[in-house]
Amino acid sequence: MSSYPWAAGYIDDGDRPKIVTSRFHLEDGYTLERYQATGGYDGLRRALAKSPAEVHDEVRGATILGRGGAGFPAGTKWGLMPADKYPRYLVVNGDESEPGTYKDRLLMERDPHQLIEGCLIAAYAAGLAQVFLYIRGEMPLAHERVGQALNEAYAAGYVGTNILGTDFSVDIVLHWGAGAYVVGEETALIESLEGKRGEPRLKPPFFPAAIGLYGQPTIVNNVETLSNLPWLLVNGMEAYTAIGTQTSPGTRMVAVSGHVNRPGVYEIVNGTTTFRDLLYGDEFCQGIRNGNELKAFVPGGGSAPWFTPEQLDLPFEGRLVGAAGSMLGSGAIMVMDHTTDIPAAALTLTHFYAAESCGQCTPCREGGTWLERVLSRIVDGNGTPADLDQLLEIGESICPGAFPHASSSALGLEATPFPYKMTTICFVGPSAYAPVHSALTLFRSEFEAKITRRNSIPVTAVHATPETAGAH
Amino acid sequence: MARLNDDNVRLAHEIISRYPRRRSATIPLLHLAQEQDGYLTDDAIRHVAELVGATSAEVLGTATFYEMFKFEPVGTYLINICGTMSCALMGAGELMRHAEQTLGIPVGGTTPDGMFTLEHAECQAACTEAPCLQVNYRHRFRVTPADLDRLVEDLRAGRLGAEIPPHGTLARVRQSIPVESAAGAVTPEQAGAPAWFPAKDPA
Ligand SMILES: Cc1cc2nc3c(=O)[nH]c(=O)nc-3n(C[C@H](O)[C@H](O)[C@H](O)COP(=O)(O)O)c2cc1C
Ligand code: SF4
Ligand code: FES
Repeated sequence: MSSYPWAAGYIDDGDRPKIVTSRFHLEDGYTLERYQATGGYDGLRRALAKSPAEVHDEVRGATILGRGGAGFPAGTKWGLMPADKYPRYLVVNGDESEPGTYKDRLLMERDPHQLIEGCLIAAYAAGLAQVFLYIRGEMPLAHERVGQALNEAYAAGYVGTNILGTDFSVDIVLHWGAGAYVVGEETALIESLEGKRGEPRLKPPFFPAAIGLYGQPTIVNNVETLSNLPWLLVNGMEAYTAIGTQTSPGTRMVAVSGHVNRPGVYEIVNGTTTFRDLLYGDEFCQGIRNGNELKAFVPGGGSAPWFTPEQLDLPFEGRLVGAAGSMLGSGAIMVMDHTTDIPAAALTLTHFYAAESCGQCTPCREGGTWLERVLSRIVDGNGTPADLDQLLEIGESICPGAFPHASSSALGLEATPFPYKMTTICFVGPSAYAPVHSALTLFRSEFEAKITRRNSIPVTAVHATPETAGAH
Repeated sequence: MARLNDDNVRLAHEIISRYPRRRSATIPLLHLAQEQDGYLTDDAIRHVAELVGATSAEVLGTATFYEMFKFEPVGTYLINICGTMSCALMGAGELMRHAEQTLGIPVGGTTPDGMFTLEHAECQAACTEAPCLQVNYRHRFRVTPADLDRLVEDLRAGRLGAEIPPHGTLARVRQSIPVESAAGAVTPEQAGAPAWFPAKDPA
């Protein structure tokens, strides 16, 4: 068997190494009993047998790149806290809501003890006095599983006072959100955890490691990032770095959705697996649906500039993907076949980011709204030729200068590398523009056709959102 | 309607005690209030404000930022159909139009019997299982129009009561930290490195 009714979407064909999904094939993998029977909490025991500094060195040496989007190495981040300021906190980012992203919810539902153990190892190594596990509000099953697992772990002496008979004591508090994408941004997450509106904080400081929760040094790590730690402590840094590449060791969870034959969530070898492997490989998505042609794909979540078949042979490696004009983000690939209505597809994303703007920055609040409005009228067949330039002008007000994009030999385009300049506090504003810029740069003729032929365009795979559908 | 009832006040105090600052419990307490009444009443917001030591305006300011909090009654079953890219590519638009027909209400509306509210939602972290929806935040995957009709029928007939509680109830398992094993909330005023750190450092 390669897929499991209790882990919808997860597929584990082939014999790839498993670091974070090793219990997904077990129906009861989320229980303490099964967790302990399969090596659970051994990583914690090994950590407690070492000094915090030794554990920190092990994590630093493994170069676990943050899995939440920015890809910053966890061990390095932990080292950014001021040496003499206490208490320090850990905030776990379980807010997963970037379009296309589906992995953290599975990790919380299927292996909550692994996450709890990861939190404990991090708290021990970095001297974090209390842990807050922030789970997205719209995930009640994840709450139930993590809540149950915490109750079991407290009863068994893994969490709380004098853990496993040592002087290591820490509480893990389950916290829950209430529906706001931008709260996934780490400083907004902290604001939200302080009981406020989830508005991102002005930078600098660039990392909450300096000033975070209640003004104290705070580490924010993603669910998948922390879920790597138990395996690392059991198997060691060398085993970890033997998987993947030097710059991107270990594995990554990747969700591939859209027009493929077998959409799914796969744990892949980091750094070497190519997009072609993922989209066409037998153990992965097995090609484009109905034998259709691939038109474009989003390589790293809704915020990422788009790729075309020309980029298929790039490996899943952050630096290479960055140089090619996009980013890996949160491990989310969205695939569009040749039937896709490109402007309408871009609109679903622009609508998302415009709707999720917290409204603090004018370029994001106003720019996002305008991008959506102009794009909607083009999709609805009411656009004018001036609208295309207007989209680019609005984009320029959010991200001045060259915006990253992929190369396209057919269009004579050379890649502009990631990242971009921005006039906003966080990435939500630029993210509203990214799909517009990609779609317009790579498929301008589709926009022009909608403008010149107006309403005669047949609706294909993608339809306008309900809001814009009402505008007909 | 309705301040928090006695049971919920007890729970609220337990939740508040886990945080270094009372106000951090705002969102969890608002969820308790919404679980009790199905939406957030003015009284509940005032009560939460008293409990976390903030003004009602501050709590309302927080509450209105978050999509899940409702300020008017919604249907017993809130049906959220995802319309973000992966779902849109797989037919979310058709599904939404079909749902409007089946339920006889436009998106955003509530059926006259108060049973269903239909909303357009954003990515539900299930993109490989598109198109998907949530009923009171419980997922349904790869939903066809026929699946949707069956779901609505089952909900009407009360066949899914065990799996899908009424709107407002989130997790039915709560965290509970036993007093004797609680390490306790660590306030910012508790300066100094924790006991285990960096005491064991070789350095
Ligand atoms: C708008 C926005 C939304 C984000 N959403 C998430 C999220 O849902 N989950 C997550 O882990 N990181 C998210 N991030 C990234 C976090 O800010 C942060 O970098 C990450 O949680 C750090 O953990 P890591 O280093 O382990 O990846 C988001 C960032 C931005 C700008
Ligand atoms: S970029 Fe948008 S979402 Fe981010 S802080 Fe500014 S207004 Fe808020
Ligand atoms: S796009 Fe619908 S669940 Fe992600």
